[in-house]
Amino acid sequence: MSDLSLARAALDVTPPPDLGAQVEALSSRGMVAIRGDLADAGFAAALKAATGCDVPGVRRSTEAGECRVLWMSTDEVMIFCEWSAAPGVVASFMEKAGDAHVLALDVSDARAVFRVSGEKAWRVLAKGAPVDLERFGVGEVRRTRIATVATGIVRTGDDSFEVFCFRSFAAYMWDWLCVGAGAESLSDL
Amino acid sequence: MSRLASGGALIDRDTAISFSFDGKKFRGVKGDTLASALLANGVKLVNRSYKYHRPRGLVTSGPEEPNALVNLGSGNRHEPNIRMTQIELFDGLEATSQNRWPSLRADVGVLNAAASRLYPAGFYYKTFIHPRAAWKHVFEPMIRRIAGLGRAPTEADPDTYEHQYAFCDTLIAGGGPAGLLAARRAGEAGERVMLVEQTERWGGRLLVDDDAEIEGKSARDWIAEQVAALEAMDNVVMRLRTCCSAAFDHGYALLYERRGDHTIPTGPRHRLWRVRAKQIVGATGMIERPIPFYGNDFPGVMLASAVRDYVKLWGVAPGQDTVVYTTNDDGYRTALALHEAGCRVAAILDSRADPVGMLVEQAKAVGLIVMPSTGIGKVMGSKDGVREVQTVPLDKGDDVELGKRLQCDCIAMAGGWSPVVHLYSHSGGKVVWDTAQAMYRPDPENPPRDRFGEPYVRLVGGATGALTTHDVLASAAGEGAGVPVHCAAEQPASPVWFTPSHGKAALGGKHFLDYQNDVTVADIRLAAREGFESVEHAKRYTTLGMATDQGKLSNINGHAILADTLGKAMADVGTTTFRPPYTPISMGVIAGQEKGLLFKPVRQTALHDWHAGQGAEFEPVGDWRRPYRYQKGSEARAHSITREIKRVREAVGLLDASTLGKIIVRGPDAGKFLDLMYTNMMSSLKPGKCRYGLMCNDNGFLMDDGVVARLDEQTFLCHTTSGGSDRVHAWMEEWLQTEWFDLKVLTANVTEQWSQFAVAGPNARALLERMEGDIDFAGLPFMGFADGTLNGMPVRVFRISFSGELSYELATPTSYAVSLWEALLGAGDDLGVGPYGTEALHVLRAEKGFIVIGDETDGTVTPHDVGMSWAVSKKKEDFIGKRAMERSDLTRAGRKQLVGLLTEDPKFVLPDGAHALSADGKRAIGHVTSTYHSPTIKRSIAMALIEGGVDRMGETLEIGIDRKTTVKAVIASPVFYDKEGARQNV
Amino acid sequence: MLLIQCPACGVEAEETEFAPGGEAHILRPEPGCSDADFAMYLFERKNPRAVHYERWRHAFGCGKWFHMARHTHTLEIFGVYAADAPEPPQEIKDRIAERTAS
Ligand SMILES: [Zn+2]
Repeated sequence: MSDLSLARAALDVTPPPDLGAQVEALSSRGMVAIRGDLADAGFAAALKAATGCDVPGVRRSTEAGECRVLWMSTDEVMIFCEWSAAPGVVASFMEKAGDAHVLALDVSDARAVFRVSGEKAWRVLAKGAPVDLERFGVGEVRRTRIATVATGIVRTGDDSFEVFCFRSFAAYMWDWLCVGAGAESLSDL
Repeated sequence: MSRLASGGALIDRDTAISFSFDGKKFRGVKGDTLASALLANGVKLVNRSYKYHRPRGLVTSGPEEPNALVNLGSGNRHEPNIRMTQIELFDGLEATSQNRWPSLRADVGVLNAAASRLYPAGFYYKTFIHPRAAWKHVFEPMIRRIAGLGRAPTEADPDTYEHQYAFCDTLIAGGGPAGLLAARRAGEAGERVMLVEQTERWGGRLLVDDDAEIEGKSARDWIAEQVAALEAMDNVVMRLRTCCSAAFDHGYALLYERRGDHTIPTGPRHRLWRVRAKQIVGATGMIERPIPFYGNDFPGVMLASAVRDYVKLWGVAPGQDTVVYTTNDDGYRTALALHEAGCRVAAILDSRADPVGMLVEQAKAVGLIVMPSTGIGKVMGSKDGVREVQTVPLDKGDDVELGKRLQCDCIAMAGGWSPVVHLYSHSGGKVVWDTAQAMYRPDPENPPRDRFGEPYVRLVGGATGALTTHDVLASAAGEGAGVPVHCAAEQPASPVWFTPSHGKAALGGKHFLDYQNDVTVADIRLAAREGFESVEHAKRYTTLGMATDQGKLSNINGHAILADTLGKAMADVGTTTFRPPYTPISMGVIAGQEKGLLFKPVRQTALHDWHAGQGAEFEPVGDWRRPYRYQKGSEARAHSITREIKRVREAVGLLDASTLGKIIVRGPDAGKFLDLMYTNMMSSLKPGKCRYGLMCNDNGFLMDDGVVARLDEQTFLCHTTSGGSDRVHAWMEEWLQTEWFDLKVLTANVTEQWSQFAVAGPNARALLERMEGDIDFAGLPFMGFADGTLNGMPVRVFRISFSGELSYELATPTSYAVSLWEALLGAGDDLGVGPYGTEALHVLRAEKGFIVIGDETDGTVTPHDVGMSWAVSKKKEDFIGKRAMERSDLTRAGRKQLVGLLTEDPKFVLPDGAHALSADGKRAIGHVTSTYHSPTIKRSIAMALIEGGVDRMGETLEIGIDRKTTVKAVIASPVFYDKEGARQNV
Repeated sequence: MLLIQCPACGVEAEETEFAPGGEAHILRPEPGCSDADFAMYLFERKNPRAVHYERWRHAFGCGKWFHMARHTHTLEIFGVYAADAPEPPQEIKDRIAERTAS
């Protein structure tokens, strides 16, 4: 059995010096994509059983323990959890969902997640995302683009954002965020 | 030296700054622009004009400057066409003049001026049309050398740039009195406000024309108070050196921030703000108009407002002896400013017959000479500037004679003011000609409208045509919120479009309209006589207003002259549309952060670094980079490719196929849905089995292909082409969301969750069986798949082949990709295992006659055309493309069909895309779609689409190689190797 | 550049987040339809200098298709509505009538 930390090593990178905001790769993040009828009581019960979280409102996220559930679309949520927990979340959701018309997939390896934090974190993202991040609530979720890469953004705290994109763009996104977080460029923003 | 003993609101005389111009060292002071510093050093000649190479000096003090363009910086920071008037001086600044050769003072191009009668309007169009070759080889290089603007940089730009998205209720462009007041009002109302100013200072013209008293305070104190109040508001963002370059549809505005032009930049040099504003307020002020008179382009001829700016802001006298030529009261302010600064004013020439009013009286009271109904008839001067003017009476008929001679070294032109209406016009607002005030104003009936159909750009202050500080502030304050202002009232202007305009005095000489493009009054009149009656046509014919200043000074005079020549009203010749950007912006800022490494996202598989470490040469496949081949040592390309092909045919090769798209399709209607998406039947596929599927669009043309696996009763996994996953996933969702929304189907794009490797070659099974695991490779039938583990890693194994060899594809969650890949390579040295790249893959598949979407197809090719009728269901009632395939054009005989081509010379590899010729050699009857040297059958092979090709087996065709050469090739089956498919069935 | 509100996720976003999908309310004919009907479906599109009903997808966002009524010249947006609506809702038609009357 290969070591997990080794398996995810491609996403472990050290940021360059002189950044005006912190940039980290969250390499142990697991993800589960779930589609179905978000308004259905059975769906909510299965999600609760699998994650402890309620179904989030439109463009919001809910949190419980190690899990965060993000609203992705009218019929889709994304679960953030520990990488090793994702298969269990899928199994638990599917078991509880029974015959319902749903889709639950472990997609932990499909995407890369980065955390950008600091007082000017939102300014870093606003260099490439056409989104009013200054007025973006904690827990709010936005699917948009950064530069030309399809990106999801969730504000996890006053000064903290998580950014996710398809894994093949990870190297690009990492470089992009590190350039955008340059201290000089944030000094007058 | 022209620095005045005192004065200069912006400068700090105690801080000297050194800089160079054309290699010569100069000193300025802190607060200077390059323009004011050169003037202070007595430098009047700053450029040569574009067409005639006439000596030119500064005309303005701001961004509308047409003449004083320089090359700024050197080496990799060299940048051409920068306006001196906008360059804030810093220590070590280097500038060189441009548009002169060999030097500014001795310019060979002056010959152009001597021959200027040969250069009328449209000269270039008329002269250089024939012969065409002469343009390219003779005229153009010559013109480029002696004319041309600045020199393009040759080195990569070392600076960085960036974008910033921003959102606000009200964006205010312009930090003069109107902008400050509008911002204050909006800020106090709790709006989210952005206030931007293109210069480095707040206050606009109020800093110069500071004679007004506002709310009981001096102009300066009032400005300071506004700035302090705005800075204290959390809801107001203020940026200096930031120009609102454009106002686009639906409140989208671009702000160009020059962050590092006044110093050696740290961090991004320029920033482009991409703003969404609910309202845009243009407090953009006015630009003074020059007066076209005979000889109005000698150095020393300036806008009156600029003369005043240099005196009052920078403490510099543009001249010691100035003639003011005015059409309005405002010109008197310049005369008074010069007088107060101790400079002589030779005379004030006023176009009006009876100038009266406070400013006129003040001028007379200090002893200045006022000459009513008088203009400038002629200017005498040289490259060192103006020497003398000769007046002309403006109230005489055709018998007019030139009048008095006045010695002077500066002429201040006060031709009236033009509101800067650009932001109103950028996104559809109309402007109207105000005859009384002689200016274009925003048309309140036709404002730019937002997505709700409501007006969203409003002009305030000078931009509306308000002339006095009182009127400016009243227009910015909003209803019932005015501020008390005391300032001089002004009398109506009497515009002059050019002088002398008639009689003998008007003959000969040049009245310049557009300094940068050397367009004269005569050019416009010639254009009018030649039938260019619309402004838009006359402009293109003469190039009026088409230089980098976009006609900020020249357009209105040009329109007036065109109207006058045609005997029409201004409103009837039309006005040109003002297009963004307001002033030029850097190329770098348009790219922003996305240059170099960040130019374009490149998608990498999890094995990317491994590939790179093994000498991979990458090729782009969509946004992906895939290993084209792995180079060993310094081997040639063909050598690597042959080695990799042989490995697959003779041993076992590994291919990183992770880029293949993978889409999960699940639901009770999944089978039914896929029957509609694919041309063949998918609902009949058994769980645990795979089927190759073709996807067409509704035109019946192939758009994608791939292997579909049924994971369970309700769940399918659809593979797509590399780079096709996003498109195919979106395609499926489009049909589910917009056409068959009653189907119970859910999809998910899991392309990157799984890394996928082909393990291909006669030793493939032996290699895989060496791994620890629970998969029965021997028992797995062709087109079957199984889930299990290999060396403890989760895998899904498909028995499919794109090479014709015994082949498996392994999918594993991407986190395991490197471990699994390395484990496979480590398990079979003796079996000859190694990686192969995409070029080997392509040759291998071409040897087998397998198509590639995008090679054998081009958006006009059906499954039948490529010999895959077997994959088109006849049983299904409907699928995407079915009805189209029944259209006459898609069923007709003679369509191009996929065949193989074998060249007569087995060593000759046909060029990709080469055309096959008809028997008479006159027509192309098809083209080569894939072409390679096959190391397996040791000759060249090609696939081609040939008209009626399937019925022409054995026929020899001529294939065009270039204009003169053709080669012979025989039509054959596209399957070149192992036609029975024996090799994969072991 | 347009500013569009996606009716699916409610977001108000700039045009770069969206992908246009051409004219709306084009019915896909039955498999046995005439050549003329099928050609109409494949090729015939309006190109008005007027209100245009069109399809858009929130491509960089929630991924959902929707309909939009937009004036191709003034760029006024009269409303957005669901992708499965067979025709524009009455309120959008009313708004168009009201806005284009004068
Ligand atoms: Zn949306």
